[in-house]
Amino acid sequence: MGILESLKTLLFGKHDVGGGKQDEKPGSAKAEKPADVSIGKKASIIKEPKEEKPVADKITVGHVHMSGCTGCLVSFADNYEGLLTILDKYADLVYCLTLADVRHIPEMDVALVEGSVCISDHLSVEEIIETRKNAKIVVALGGCACYGNITRFCRGGQQNQPQHESYLPIGDLIDVDVYIPGCAPTPQQIRNVCVMAYLLLKGNDEQKALAGAYLTPLMNLAKAGTQACGCDIMTQGINQGLCMGCGSCAAACPVRAITMQYGKPQIERDMCIKCGACYAQCPRSFFSFDVVNQYEGIMEAIDAAMEP
Amino acid sequence: MVLGNYKQAIAARSTDPEILRKSQDGGIVTQLFAYALDAGIIDGAIVAGQSEEPFKPEPMVATTREELLAARGTRYAISPNMSLIKEVTRSYGLDKVGVVGTPCQMQALRKGQLYPIGLRDVADKIALAVGIFCMENFPYQGILQLVEDHGATALENVSKLDIGKGKFWIYTERGATVQLPLKVTHKYEQPGCHVCLDYVANLADISTGSVGTPDGWSTVFVRSGKGDDIWAKAIAAGAFETKPIDSVKPGLELVTKLANDKVTKNQKYLESRATEYGVGKALRNPYI
Repeated sequence: MGILESLKTLLFGKHDVGGGKQDEKPGSAKAEKPADVSIGKKASIIKEPKEEKPVADKITVGHVHMSGCTGCLVSFADNYEGLLTILDKYADLVYCLTLADVRHIPEMDVALVEGSVCISDHLSVEEIIETRKNAKIVVALGGCACYGNITRFCRGGQQNQPQHESYLPIGDLIDVDVYIPGCAPTPQQIRNVCVMAYLLLKGNDEQKALAGAYLTPLMNLAKAGTQACGCDIMTQGINQGLCMGCGSCAAACPVRAITMQYGKPQIERDMCIKCGACYAQCPRSFFSFDVVNQYEGIMEAIDAAMEP
Repeated sequence: MVLGNYKQAIAARSTDPEILRKSQDGGIVTQLFAYALDAGIIDGAIVAGQSEEPFKPEPMVATTREELLAARGTRYAISPNMSLIKEVTRSYGLDKVGVVGTPCQMQALRKGQLYPIGLRDVADKIALAVGIFCMENFPYQGILQLVEDHGATALENVSKLDIGKGKFWIYTERGATVQLPLKVTHKYEQPGCHVCLDYVANLADISTGSVGTPDGWSTVFVRSGKGDDIWAKAIAAGAFETKPIDSVKPGLELVTKLANDKVTKNQKYLESRATEYGVGKALRNPYI
């Protein structure tokens, strides 16, 4: 099956996508009140898209959309055919805007939560609490979920919900297990976390140990709090006598708020959107010799895991 | 283990007289990139180029032999080469990237490949990472202070700076030589260097430095599978003249000693950060 075909199937289920009356001009038919739909006998509109599962032991993953721009989800999808490999081999997508036809947050192994929580909207608060109840591992996906990011600057007044002015990173409301900072988080980082989460839950002892070591720094970020800013580079890096001027922060900044002046980061604090990418990318924020010394093996393993 | 994993250690120098004319030692980095560029292994490399201020390095993307040659030689100040690691794949459009850096920059690179938090589509484009031995580094203003104040020499008249044989050497265009004992340089080191536990760029594909080999030669560690492959091709292409490392003086013994010195000293400092600063407080430990 070609990539396009499988994407279509993924998006629309295994039924004729292109069919139907396409030539009919809009407005040509007389408008009629639709007949009541009887839900008593559970008539299925879509022919059950029964998925064949070559791997029985997949983990279940859901994408929970809070107040975010969908950029994180797009970034996940930007793994392109890698996304299909992930869905084929490692994860069933049990809940996801657009990609999975499920209304209520189901039980799942991993919840990838995008966006911050608007506490002026009770449904959002209910959903984040439900997510925590139903997911074994909650991952804050992207700057908004981790640190508030651009939603930190909201003061309300926007159409069409001007009363929505208070947004909190999910960690201010529920316990979060793993952070993936960045705006948007990169496809490769999301992929790595997915593969490692799979190994942690389904792998052998050796794989579990490696995945645990890999995920530990991202778990520590989740424990460290819900505030991030370019200032962290100064307060946690330079002030602590740890900066050696490599420039990783400047490369990681999505809004180019960081430039290197005389070998040290210069942060335009008015430009900073508080996504947390700079500090998380800094080799002196966290660095595990146990993990990074094995970089060759780990990268080969991830590449092998992503073979279709 | 202070020398890291390596497949082979060799004494080497470039076979290209043009590269050697202004190289720091054996011209290994310039020659490796020039060969890799020629052979299509890389599309270009992030190097520490020369900025408008004398001996102030600036990260640059070299995509031609001329640009590589212009960046020959060591500049003892911070060159944030990692700051270009994403841009090099974007506005420069490189798919196969070469990068040279200090041990900490190699750590940043490998962390960036494993945890590409803000480095989208970068990890798989790193084709050759060359590491250089590094005891410590100085902010540019520190170099200014050392050369102009301690050395009483105007930086624009300097032709070469070098650290070796326990001294900081300043060579001028007109042939004068000034030497400073390393003792006076220490206070100008950047603090971030004092928690570094890597002397010989353990995470590079190939790492190199002057220590261990005679003047005009360099010590080379070939480390990764990728590095091994490229080194073999470069040797086959006649890019380097080599000698077995145990045939040269002072050899790996000195490299090991200096690496041990650095790691032991900095390990001690790291431990002191946990206990000796403040009461019941600790400075942050970057290593988990």
